[in-house]
Amino acid sequence: MAISEHSGTVQDGVAPDGGTLRDMFRTMLVISLCDARARAEARSGALRAAFYPVHGLEAACAAIGSCLQPSDYLVSTYRNLGDAVAKGVPLRAIIAEAYGRIGGTSKGKGGPMHLADVSTGLMATTGVVGSGLPIAVGLGLANVLDGAGAVTAVTFGDGATSIGATHEAMNLASLWHLPVIFACQNNQWGEHTALRDYAAEPDLARRASAYAMPGEAVDGFSAVECRQAMRRAVERARAGAGPTLLEFRTYRLTPHSAVADASYVPPDELARALERDPTPTFRQSLLDGGLLSAAEVEQLEESARAEVEDAFQYALASPTPGDEELYRDVFADEHLVVGR
Amino acid sequence: MTALVSDSPQQAGQSLTMSGALNAALECAMGLDPKVICLGEDIAEPIGGVFKTMKGLSAKYGADRVRATPISEQAILGAAIGASLGGYRPVAEIMFFDFTMVCADQLANHAAKLRYMSGGQTPVPITVCTTIGSGRFGAQHTQSIEAWFMHIPGLKVVMPSNPADAKGLLLSCIFDDDPCLMIQHSGLLFGKKQPVPDGDVRIPLGAASVVRPGSEVSVISYGAFVQPCLDAAEELATEGISVEVIDLRSLSPLDRETLVESAARTGRAAVVHGATTFCGPGAEIAALLQEELHGRLSTPVRRLGAPYAPIPFATELEVFPTTARIREELRALVQGRRDD
Repeated sequence: MAISEHSGTVQDGVAPDGGTLRDMFRTMLVISLCDARARAEARSGALRAAFYPVHGLEAACAAIGSCLQPSDYLVSTYRNLGDAVAKGVPLRAIIAEAYGRIGGTSKGKGGPMHLADVSTGLMATTGVVGSGLPIAVGLGLANVLDGAGAVTAVTFGDGATSIGATHEAMNLASLWHLPVIFACQNNQWGEHTALRDYAAEPDLARRASAYAMPGEAVDGFSAVECRQAMRRAVERARAGAGPTLLEFRTYRLTPHSAVADASYVPPDELARALERDPTPTFRQSLLDGGLLSAAEVEQLEESARAEVEDAFQYALASPTPGDEELYRDVFADEHLVVGR
Repeated sequence: MTALVSDSPQQAGQSLTMSGALNAALECAMGLDPKVICLGEDIAEPIGGVFKTMKGLSAKYGADRVRATPISEQAILGAAIGASLGGYRPVAEIMFFDFTMVCADQLANHAAKLRYMSGGQTPVPITVCTTIGSGRFGAQHTQSIEAWFMHIPGLKVVMPSNPADAKGLLLSCIFDDDPCLMIQHSGLLFGKKQPVPDGDVRIPLGAASVVRPGSEVSVISYGAFVQPCLDAAEELATEGISVEVIDLRSLSPLDRETLVESAARTGRAAVVHGATTFCGPGAEIAALLQEELHGRLSTPVRRLGAPYAPIPFATELEVFPTTARIREELRALVQGRRDD
């Protein structure tokens, strides 16, 4: 377990049970297959959307989702595919939303940057870097006022640590001891600029000490380590011990967006990261540890492939929103039209 | 709960300033619904908000529901939005209207759009209360930027001109299922007292009030400039000029029907506000009247607002419409000439 040398404490390393690991592996399979498919569709022009791949984040996303209950809230970003899948949002609705179809989470009016699914607790996803953190603070406040022990997690990239909203949110969450897990998915790139080139202090977990909250950096390529860290943070939050900053240290294994240039990424750095690609790495460790047989892995892969194929078929068969949707949902009263 | 909805509350109640009326509305709302919470700088006891509108609330309803915040506008708005996603009805105080620019991302990109971007799943029933400064504050505490927020689909914007309306509008905002921006003018907060109905008496959003009927010219105003319009109308009455005065109360939704009906009847219209004339609310209203009534108005719609300059500190530089200027402009409109 990698712990930021300046913050955090080594706590228990109780390993997740076999069923949990199997479920996480299946989640990672769906995320990685779906991500690859969406990238291909975006590059071919069939998916006409800005799509922000999550390749490299699969373990972190699966760990976050695995530790949350449906009654817990999650706020995510435009790079949300892995978070949404792991939180349990139906894959059909996720993909249909990416295509702008009525069967999407948001009836095609949000798009892939703006998924929401209240039934599974995905409360908001924002296209504005860092803006989800203050909203998560409010959800955490609702958790406290409800008094039912639910918690809120918010994901964000390393790039979001440079914007003021992040500072305001972390300070307020810690001041009020809110049950918020700040889950930084550090892929080492803020758009097209490297973390080391834009952050005066690239040890992001260390910043937690400025807010008097625990901060912990974990190996974002390791599904087990991600899950253990997330579980500790969720337990702290549920126990009323306040927020945690988790830094999942991983690497962006694709360009910033499906169609962006990535020629600036140092090839050796990328090659080293690709060797640790979370899903195949986890697959191998499950096989090596005897938790899954080759036949079981194959079965999981087959069912994940089928689920992804089904979701894309569903999306393409779903109609686009009709004209009646244009003014609907601007206000609660769908007949209230302020201007044309 | 049953609220009385009244276009013009006639019931006599306690005589209150606008600050007192807003305080009465908050106290009423918090008593009616445990989901109503308040967030803002200095709002807890002993301050009760710098404009005293939250006075006594933290003592009565507890520090859990009435939360003084750091100077963190993005966190205040974000926390309000998040809490609303979690089922609460937060009232967020942003001390001065100018400071809404600091959290405009949360207000315009999130509060206004989350319902739409989620296909109706995530309404944001928040109320943002803010104050336009007056007197010796200078250019960063006295702006009237209501047109900015009228321009954002999904936000409702109200500006009361008197204590009774302030209470009724604030109650409507708090219990409305859309995000509302309640803008009060500091010049009115501690001004004239007026009988304010007791209890949950609401004024519907989007309904203007004809505060003085007349037949020769319609003057449309809101907030702090309604009284100067009424004073000008009273003076012109002695000259035999009949002025109809309309208090918009809500800027968005705009009561288009009342405005068009009035201007069609009088044949002349002027808009008076403290906002900069250029691209101010008067531009939209003038366009509306000219689109609807072209050829039926005997004069072009006249706009009176602030000049295209930051608000100067030296109050000897006259920037806001005065009773004398309004009177001259209205007389000129009716007499078919221009003095400027």
